[in-house]
Amino acid sequence: MAVWIWLLLLLPLFLAGVSYGLRRSAWTRWLPVIAAVLLLVGGITLVWLVGLSGPVATASGLLRVDALSAWMLVVVGAVAVVALWGGMDRSVSPVPPSSNPVQPSSRRRPGSLSATDGAALRPTTDPILASGSFAALLCLFLAAMTLAVVADNIGLMWVAIELTTITTAFLVASQGGRDSLEAAWKYVVLGAVGVAIAFLGITLLSAASLTSGEATVSWVLLLQHADALDPTLAKAAGALAVLGFATKAGLAPMHSWLPDAHSQAPAPVSGLMSGVLLSVAFYVILRIQAITDAAVGPELMRGLLLVAGLLSLAVTAGLVLTQRDYKRLLAYSSIEHMGLLALGAAAGGPLAIAAVLLHMLGHGLVKSAMFVVAGRILDYVGSHRVADVRNLLRLRPDLAGPFLLGSAALLGFPPFVTFFTEVGILVAGFQSGLLWPMLIACALLLIVFAGIARHVLSMTVGVPAGHPQTVPVTRRAPDTSAISPPQRISLPIALALTATTVLGFAWPLLGPLTAAVAALGGAQ
Amino acid sequence: MTSELYPQLIALTTGLLLLTAVLQVWGRSLVRSIGLLAAQGVALAGLVLTVGFHVGEPGALFVAALVLVVKAIVLPWAMLRSARLIGETRERAALVNTAVELIVAAALTMLAYVVTGSLFGIGSDAAAHAVPVGFALVLLGFWQLLIRRSAVTQLIGFLVLDNGIATVSFLTSGGLPLTVELGASLDVLLVVLILGVLVVRMQAVHGHVDISELKELHD
Repeated sequence: MAVWIWLLLLLPLFLAGVSYGLRRSAWTRWLPVIAAVLLLVGGITLVWLVGLSGPVATASGLLRVDALSAWMLVVVGAVAVVALWGGMDRSVSPVPPSSNPVQPSSRRRPGSLSATDGAALRPTTDPILASGSFAALLCLFLAAMTLAVVADNIGLMWVAIELTTITTAFLVASQGGRDSLEAAWKYVVLGAVGVAIAFLGITLLSAASLTSGEATVSWVLLLQHADALDPTLAKAAGALAVLGFATKAGLAPMHSWLPDAHSQAPAPVSGLMSGVLLSVAFYVILRIQAITDAAVGPELMRGLLLVAGLLSLAVTAGLVLTQRDYKRLLAYSSIEHMGLLALGAAAGGPLAIAAVLLHMLGHGLVKSAMFVVAGRILDYVGSHRVADVRNLLRLRPDLAGPFLLGSAALLGFPPFVTFFTEVGILVAGFQSGLLWPMLIACALLLIVFAGIARHVLSMTVGVPAGHPQTVPVTRRAPDTSAISPPQRISLPIALALTATTVLGFAWPLLGPLTAAVAALGGAQ
Repeated sequence: MTSELYPQLIALTTGLLLLTAVLQVWGRSLVRSIGLLAAQGVALAGLVLTVGFHVGEPGALFVAALVLVVKAIVLPWAMLRSARLIGETRERAALVNTAVELIVAAALTMLAYVVTGSLFGIGSDAAAHAVPVGFALVLLGFWQLLIRRSAVTQLIGFLVLDNGIATVSFLTSGGLPLTVELGASLDVLLVVLILGVLVVRMQAVHGHVDISELKELHD
């Protein structure tokens, strides 16, 4: 049993070594995808094993997989498969220098797709994605997230979360240039300082446990002796640790690095960071919340998480309406969803926590697929700006279709699973007496809805601002040169969207989810 | 260890920690600030050794050696190299003048004593008396991060913050398990090395390392 934990930790390391060793082979970019698939398979196996015979511990208790850890492994694995498969399976077609492909009709004669254009459009592999060190860093990143969710010792969780910052630093900076350098600098400084505050919290937690005998930061032991913890120290420790890890989870007001880093990173990296790294950081907050709730009652954490959650929704609502960059739009949407998770954790109780855990999976799958699609739109249009993307549904239906569906899922339309989880979080909030916060949250969600819907619609079905006649003209004489040859929707994106639709009705998930919620309460 | 020597050694090492941090806030020379950082590393290693011997921890010698190598030798050396590589040996003008910086530093130190008093109570142990120094270091590190504009000083501020956390950790609970201690040291080392590389790249791309000029990404 314990061998699975070691396998999941060591195989990505091995694959990282292989990809670094064979750095110039084009197929090294598939090694992270293999690591992700293994992680998903291992996660599902561990869910099954833990369901059969309870938590698995190894390395003298430093590592321990209970139902919650196993669930998180599945989330990390599933999102990583989508982000890496979709993101690495990207053969870049450089933008033809002659024209911008989205608004070419006025400048180009019909049928002018010349031989030179054809050559320029021929897929070439992106040099960054093909490099071995990029693949190696991705594998290490996966290993760090795995370590964060299988660690029982909170100190080790901290080490793993810090390792995720370290492994992603150069991934964020990998595109070179001033912007990505600035994004990487802010990301590493804020991430490192924030997480350092969490370390201070963990230190105080260790001091608080001195009253119950030996100092420890093992999660299981702390939860068992929660009532013996020094209450003043436990309060300060919990607040500092949550504050620190909230920086990494992208919760307002510690979110300022997130839109920069997530919009500057290449597609597979943004997908992983937005889709699952934030959730992994939030998972650590859930663990710490369990201890402080048991030690000093739920009021402290509930207050902190409510403030952070509502602030995150407010920040998103304030900035999506006027947002000009579609990758930043997606990044802000991640802040919104993290805010929702915080509200769910603040509400507490089995329904809220189950909804939070399912929302991590649903949001992760959709968000990583969306970043992959956004990366392809960027390759096609050559611009980050919302205003430069128009009429995408006609020009590239293979990109616009998933983009529209994914946005609908992000906005919480039924039948996507995000609808059920958002309703679950709000209902649980009402049930636990948080009437006003949840009403404010609903109002803020409506503003976010309007903002995101407006931009997505203008990108997919909108008419270019400077060309009021484009649609009538093309209706008379369809300009075939503007439309790329039909391309099929990429398989991982289709899978992610299908999974998000099916998940809401997937009753077999009920068992693992209930077990994961129970594990957070300390049940064996 | 005799009973008189222990409080004296604790006072000596923590006093050295606080003194170096305040001198860093005062000064404008990056080279001297990095030198003070190395002195802080030595003081921290001394503190680890003192606490470790007092409670009879067998791994203390190893942890102290680790702290000495990482915080007093490797990190200052790497930072000095980065600073020399980009030719930045003096701090640019900070956002406030030196007098204000020092007054706020004094206020932060007092705040640290107040906060620690309410957290831990008034202990009789020499170690408990010294805990506020750790919190003061954390706040002084933050203060440097806030007001200084050079990317190199930001790094120094981060390390002072980290030294403060390590001080609190060793004084309150004798440190975390060895695996975690090793992992945390490695993490800090890697973060600083990465930031060092980014500083050098920033100099190459932007022609300066003034972080208040980093404002191309905004909404």
